[in-house]
Parts: sequence; structure tokens; C-alpha cells
Amino acid sequence: MRIPQSKPPGVGVEGFARPTGPLPLRWRVRLVMGALALSGVALLGKALYLQMNQGDFLRDEGASRHVGTVNSHAPRGVIRDRHGTVLAMSTAIESVWVDPREAIRARSRWPELAAVLGLDASGLDRKLMERAGRSFVYLRRHLDPETAARARALALPGVYSEREFRRYYPEGEVAAHVVGFTNIDGAGQEGVEVAYDSVLRGVPGAKQVIRDRLGRSVEDVQNVRSPLPGQDVYLTVDVRLQSLAYRALKAAVARHQAAAGSVVVIDARTGEIHAMVNQPSYNPNDPGKRTGPETRNRAVTDVFEPGSTVKPFAVMAALESGAVQPQSVVETSPGRLRIGRNVVRDRRDLGPLDVGGVIRLSSNVGVSRIALATPPERLWDAYAGVGFGSASGSRAVGESSGVLKRSRQFGKFERATLSYGYGLAVTALQLARAYTVIANGGERVDLRLERGGPRAGESPPVTRRVMSAATARSVLAMLEAVVEAKDGTGRRARVRGYRVAGKTGTSRKATAGGYEKRRYLSLFAGLAPVSAPRFVVAVVVDDPRGKKYYGGEVAAPVFRIVMSDALRLNAVPPDSSTTPPRNAASENYALVRDSRG
Amino acid sequence: MYLPRLRTRLARFDVPLVCALLLLTGIGLLGAYSTGGEPLLHRQVVRLLVGSGVMVALAHVEPGNYARWAPWFYVATVAALVAVFVVGSSAKGAQRWLAAGGFQFQPAEVAKIATPLMVAAFLAKRGGASRLSVVVGAIAFIALPVLLIGYQPDLGTAVIIAVAGAGLLFIAGMSWRLLAAFGAAGLASLPLAWYGLKDYQRERVVTFLDPDQNPLAGGYQVLQSKIAIGSGGLYGKGWLNGTQSHLDFLPERSTDFVFAVLAEEFGLLGVAVILVLAGIVIFRGLWIAGQSQEPFGRLVAAGLVLSFFLHVFVNVGMVSGLLPVVGLPLPLISYGGTSLVTTMAAFGIVMSMFSHRRLLAD
Repeated sequence: MRIPQSKPPGVGVEGFARPTGPLPLRWRVRLVMGALALSGVALLGKALYLQMNQGDFLRDEGASRHVGTVNSHAPRGVIRDRHGTVLAMSTAIESVWVDPREAIRARSRWPELAAVLGLDASGLDRKLMERAGRSFVYLRRHLDPETAARARALALPGVYSEREFRRYYPEGEVAAHVVGFTNIDGAGQEGVEVAYDSVLRGVPGAKQVIRDRLGRSVEDVQNVRSPLPGQDVYLTVDVRLQSLAYRALKAAVARHQAAAGSVVVIDARTGEIHAMVNQPSYNPNDPGKRTGPETRNRAVTDVFEPGSTVKPFAVMAALESGAVQPQSVVETSPGRLRIGRNVVRDRRDLGPLDVGGVIRLSSNVGVSRIALATPPERLWDAYAGVGFGSASGSRAVGESSGVLKRSRQFGKFERATLSYGYGLAVTALQLARAYTVIANGGERVDLRLERGGPRAGESPPVTRRVMSAATARSVLAMLEAVVEAKDGTGRRARVRGYRVAGKTGTSRKATAGGYEKRRYLSLFAGLAPVSAPRFVVAVVVDDPRGKKYYGGEVAAPVFRIVMSDALRLNAVPPDSSTTPPRNAASENYALVRDSRG
Repeated sequence: MYLPRLRTRLARFDVPLVCALLLLTGIGLLGAYSTGGEPLLHRQVVRLLVGSGVMVALAHVEPGNYARWAPWFYVATVAALVAVFVVGSSAKGAQRWLAAGGFQFQPAEVAKIATPLMVAAFLAKRGGASRLSVVVGAIAFIALPVLLIGYQPDLGTAVIIAVAGAGLLFIAGMSWRLLAAFGAAGLASLPLAWYGLKDYQRERVVTFLDPDQNPLAGGYQVLQSKIAIGSGGLYGKGWLNGTQSHLDFLPERSTDFVFAVLAEEFGLLGVAVILVLAGIVIFRGLWIAGQSQEPFGRLVAAGLVLSFFLHVFVNVGMVSGLLPVVGLPLPLISYGGTSLVTTMAAFGIVMSMFSHRRLLAD
């Protein structure tokens, strides 16, 4: 080896011929080599550490960064009426979205996109520039597939579309309150759409994909789960009756300048709700326009004091307790009854009446005397027994249980007012349900909105005896007189060819601190045919501002139309020989036309 | 005669060194194809051919010529570095590029060769780095390009030239006392250097000290590359199957972070192969330096090999999270022309020292 030190000083221009002496180069180079080797070991050690020690962690981290799950929408189940008519269905539509970070590359072409999507070009530009840092911005949701395809055909970077489903409600406002609606993401918000959401919704599909840094799916790895379509729901509602009832109610509300109204039709034998309509209503296909008061299913959410329509139940309690007999006579003169500091009044002096007369002429004084003769608990038991103060079993969304207080401290006046329908609050649905007790010979039935259909199979109606058959029978006869007798308050509820029983009601509207002077609720609840009761119909017209406001004048005519439609649609045999059914349909439509005029 | 000439020509190459170099560039081609497909591969192959030509040509130049040309080369490089500020083009916030006759190059890369050449020539002429005046002179020669490059800013290259220069001084016999004095001065000036750094450079240092603090900003690159390295396992995910790199997660994947790509695709085995090959290059180069009879040749070879080592160390260290992120390519493997050609040129010069030793011995 030639070592630099061996060179004598002063030799050669390029040698280190300086007085400082030889250079200790070899060991210095070795020192450097050693340092380098150490550094190399450090590098290898770091790589080893990353792969051996943290390998699993970092592998998972890596996977979590690029393996993702993508959900695909599952079509929502169809809602059908009792005959299979579609009330709500989903159709495929597309939503166009943008990744602004990519789309920025073709900003000059955004106006084309705006034109295709029917958007304002400057608004679109502003929207995307404001969200320039985001990776997902919806441009238009729920487009028809053709428009979405044209947007895609522009081939702009960062513009995508995804398949979604949009809900259509063919029956529009007629069935709006029953069916409800979904939000833009397809989740039920009201009505059956939310009550049966878990059934209708289905299970979204999922597949594993590989994503790149911008979250775009690059490659499908595996299909985790195919989307499971939602199941159909069959309702008890008959959409034909529903629309007839809706028309009759709408006409009456308009004619009497009323604020609102509800009609409920129940099959008394099964508890199935055949129709449930409200005014005002809304178009569920137009999500922009609905307001809170319109979307409320008043028949189940709104409670009111039922007035005279509960008198039959007060009488039933008295009959059941033995306090009175059907032929007992009650003195109502002079049309006033003083109880402590309060006075119960009739419209006029009705004189002495039997129990049927009290119902037929709707005497507050008479029913108060009857109620005061009844043990308080029995009155309360009768009201609770027919379903006041508890839910109807229909699973309707937002259903109110109403108000029925039980108190040992009820004074005489409270018991009296309870007997003619004040001091408790019910819904239209509860009122109708209570009348099923009379229709069913003393048995109450749970209401339902869902028909077994293919999903659940038929199940027998849930009934419970709450009155004796004899009591129910005698009250039924009294209610028939309300409609059929010459001096009955419910004459306008008569249906040609059928024997009808029912009760009018006109209750003063309660406000904070008392009752309104000239604001009323016009009510009618009844059933037909009397010989073999099939349907119960309850009608509520809220705050009629015209000349007429009595239940017998405002609500009874609506009852008459709806009940005759229900009987006719279901081919119920007539049971009245006195007035054979003429052309009932044309008569009803004439009435509707008349109501509009 | 032709045959003897061929033999003498072949004798100018150090076989282990050349083999290791070519294997490394081969791995580089695999990386280029994996990260950029055929277009990148084609361009890199062309550069490899150019680099090989330059290496062969430089290996044939007499060491004495390098000593003579070193000052002129140095002056031209410094002039180019100055020119960068005047007519250079910038990329990613730094002015580094100079366009010359249709193609671009980075004078800083050339400075990696020119500076060791100049310092080695200077030290050789002055008989080593034992005297203070010589040390100061050498440091001035090192500092000029370092400052110019650091101001571009290209901190990585500047650090490499500075450290390689310091290594040269050490090997050239700088006394321990001077070493300690200058070392202390250097440490004392660190806070000053902190103020000289750009914001993003400071952020890198902070991120390096606490990488998990800000995983979305500064720490993102290193976190992603650590994931890439760590998820490779023993044998890797296979060529072209790296997920972090192919799905765009990994930044600068064909250039500065190519090591992470290769680590993910070839695993620990691939990492070991790359580091062992780099080790062969380095130790063979230092061995050559030790074999050189001329102080100049010894210093040049040592300086250039040291520079190569620092390159590899800083790049791999940064990609694996051992060092802060400085934008430095992995020599011979990263995609990029100037780096490949200058690295091969450097080893051409190293081999020139080697071959001429043997020719003299014959």
C-alpha cells in the first residue's frame, strides 16, 4: 500500500509538501466510513421498525385510507290502499353533484352546465367558488334521468351524478295526511311514511371500493350486500271513499267558511279505517309549499270538546248503573238547571222527556239530571271504556290520546258538563271509535290503518266488551230516532235506503280563560245500517263562520254523503223499505255542486 | 492494437462500483414505470444513456486535468447559480432551474460536483487543511455556493454540499482544535439560521420534531410515506401493486418519495437491496479514495462519495421519518434528469481517480 505519509516533504507540486507534516488520512477515512456505516444501520433500523413493529398498524392505516364502503340506495316500498291502488311509490331519479376541487379546472364551461341543469350561471359560479375547498356539493337533486345524462355528457371534470329515488303520491292532497311524505333523503317524515319507515325503507346496499386520495371510487373490491328493496305496506284506506269524503268535506268547509275539518270512516266490525281526511290539506308532491297547519293530520292530532256527541255514552253509563231505565222520564223544564252557582241551559224549554227524547232533542238539562243520578265512577268508566283518553291502536303518527281526567273531587257541575261533552277532549278518530261500541253491541274495537296484506297476513280485530248488548241496543234505537224522527236534530244525516243512527254536536270553542262567544265546532257522529251496523262516520267542522253552525246543519249533511258513499262502495244491502235507494250517487254530487255555489 | 486498448479502457472501470450503480439505476427504472408508466420510463432511459455516456467520458479524463479545470468549473457554476436568480424559472416556490438551449437543468446539482472539485484542488495545492488560513479559504469556497443555493431556496442541496465540504476538510487533516472551534461556531449560529429559514422550512422542522401534531398539513407527506413503507411487509405488495402510491396518496412519488413506493411494492427485502447496493457504492468509492496516490484524487473521490452518501441518507431518512422533509431526490433512483446525470458524472470522476491509479501502477 502506498500511504501518503511515506511521501517525503517537498516532493511534487501536488503533494502535501508543507511543514505541517504528513496527513493522518487513513484513520480519518476509516472514521468517516464508520460514521457512514452507523448511519446506514440507523436507516435500515428505521425501516425495520416501521415494517416489523408498526407494520400491522400502518397496514391498517393504509387500508383505512383507501378501502371504503359505498352505499347504494334501496328503493322504498310502495304504499297501497286496501284494493292495491298506489298511494306512494318511488321512481328512479338522479342527483347531480360536483367536486369543486376538480371542477375548477373547467370553470369556463360552468355556464354550459348551468344551462343544462336550469340553474343561474352566476349563482352556480358563486356557489362553487364559495365551496372551492369542499369535495362534494349537490347541484341539483331529483332530476329526471335524461337531464342528468345530458349533464354527464358535457364531460366536465368533477361533475358526477348518483341514482336516488323520489317519492310520488298519485292521490295528492286526498290521501296526504294518511300517507304522509318523506324528506329529500327518502326518510319518512309524516303519516304512514314515518310510522312504517322501517318496513318501507329497505336496506341500502354496500360494496367495498378502493378510493384514491380524492375519495373517488377507483375499483370495486367486493359487493358486501345488495340493496334490499323496502317492503310494501297495505293500508285499510279505500282511496275511492277517501277522495269522495275529501270532496264532501272540502265543499262543506268552503260553503260554511270554516277554518278546518276532519272526516273519519271506520268499519265498525274490524276497526279498519276506510277513510281519514282533513281540511286544509296539501300536495305531498310539492315539498316547497306545505306549511305546518296543512300537514297536520287533524283527525288524530287535534283534540276538541265533543259536546253533545258524547251524550249517548253518559246515557249508557246511567243505563248500565241502573240509575235510569230507557222509559224513565226526565223533567227539563224550564230549560235551565241551577247547580250551585252555575246554570245548565237548553236552547228552549223542552218539557218532560223520556231518555230517548233527551238524546233525540239533545237536552243538556236532561242529560245533566241523568248524569247526576249516576255514580260518578260509572260515568268515568263508560267514557274510558269507549276509548276516550287513550290511543286508538291505529299507530297513526302524532296521535293524541285526548284528555279525560279522573278525579274524586269532581263537583256536580263538572259531572253535568262532562255528560254533555265539556271538560274532556277527544280526537275525531276517538269519537268515531267510541261509536263502534254502539255499533258492535257494546264491544269496542281497536282501530287499524294497516291491512294485513301480503306482509303480515290477516289478523282478527281486537275487541273488548265495555257495555252490555242491551244497553248498546237501546242507545242505538235512541240514536236512530235522532236521525229518523220528525223532530230529531240529525234529520239531515238520513241516507236513502238505509236506517241511520247518529248524534249531532255543537260545542263552543274553548280559548284561554273561557269559551268563545260565537266560535263553534259542528259535529256529527253516527253509524249505518242500524239493522246490522257496518260503518261509523265522524265529521268535525271547525269554526264555521256562516249563518249555520249547528252540527245538524253543517256536519250532518257531510255525514250523509260520506256514509251513503261508504255503504254503496261496499255494496251494503239496504235495510230500509220506506225510502228505496234512488240514484244515490247523482243526488250526492248534486249536493256537492250545490255546496260549492 | 484494438484488444489491448479495449482492455485498458475496461480497466478504467471499477467493476463492483459500476455493477452497483447500474443495479440502482435499474431499480430506479422500475420505480419510474410504477409511478408514471411508459412515458416516465422512456424519458428516464434516455437520461440513463446520457448519464452513462458522461460517466464513461469523465472516467477517461486525467485527474490532473480536473485539478486544473476545477477553478474555472467552479467559477462557471457560481455564475450559473447567480444567473438562476436573474433568468431562472421557479417551481413550487423556489428558483432552481436554468434553461439552456432547449433543456432545463439545476445549477445546484452541478455545484455538488464543482464545489468538492474546487475544495479538493485548493486543499491539495495548499498541502492539506492543517492551517487556519487554508481552512478559512476552503470554507469560503464551500460557503459561497451553499449560501446561493440555500437562498433559492434549496435547503437540502445546500446542506449536502456544506456537510460534504466539512467531511473533505476533516479527511484533509483539519486539526481537532479547529474542528471543535468551527463546530462550536456552527452550533452557535443555529438560532441565526432559524431566522434565515422560510416559513415552510421552519414548519418542516417543527413537523419533524412532532410529526403527529399536524397530520393534515406538514406531517401528511411523511405520514403517508411511513404508511407506504410500513405496509410493505417483508416482501412487499408486488411491483405496480402499491396502494398508497398508485392511489395518489403519496406526494412526489416518482421523485423525492420514490423510496416509499419501492418499499411498499418490494417490502423490507427491496429496502435492504437498495441500501446494500448504496452501501457497496459508498464503501467501494471510499476504498477507491483510499487507493488514490494523489491527495487531490483522494479528496475528490472522498468528497463526491460523501456527497452521494449524504444524498441517500437524507432522502431515506426523510422518507422514513428519521429526518425532516427537505426536497432531495434519491440519487440514481428518483425520476429526474439532472440528478441522474450529475450523480453518474460524479462517479465517472471517482473512477477516473481509480483507473489512473492503476495505469500509473502498470
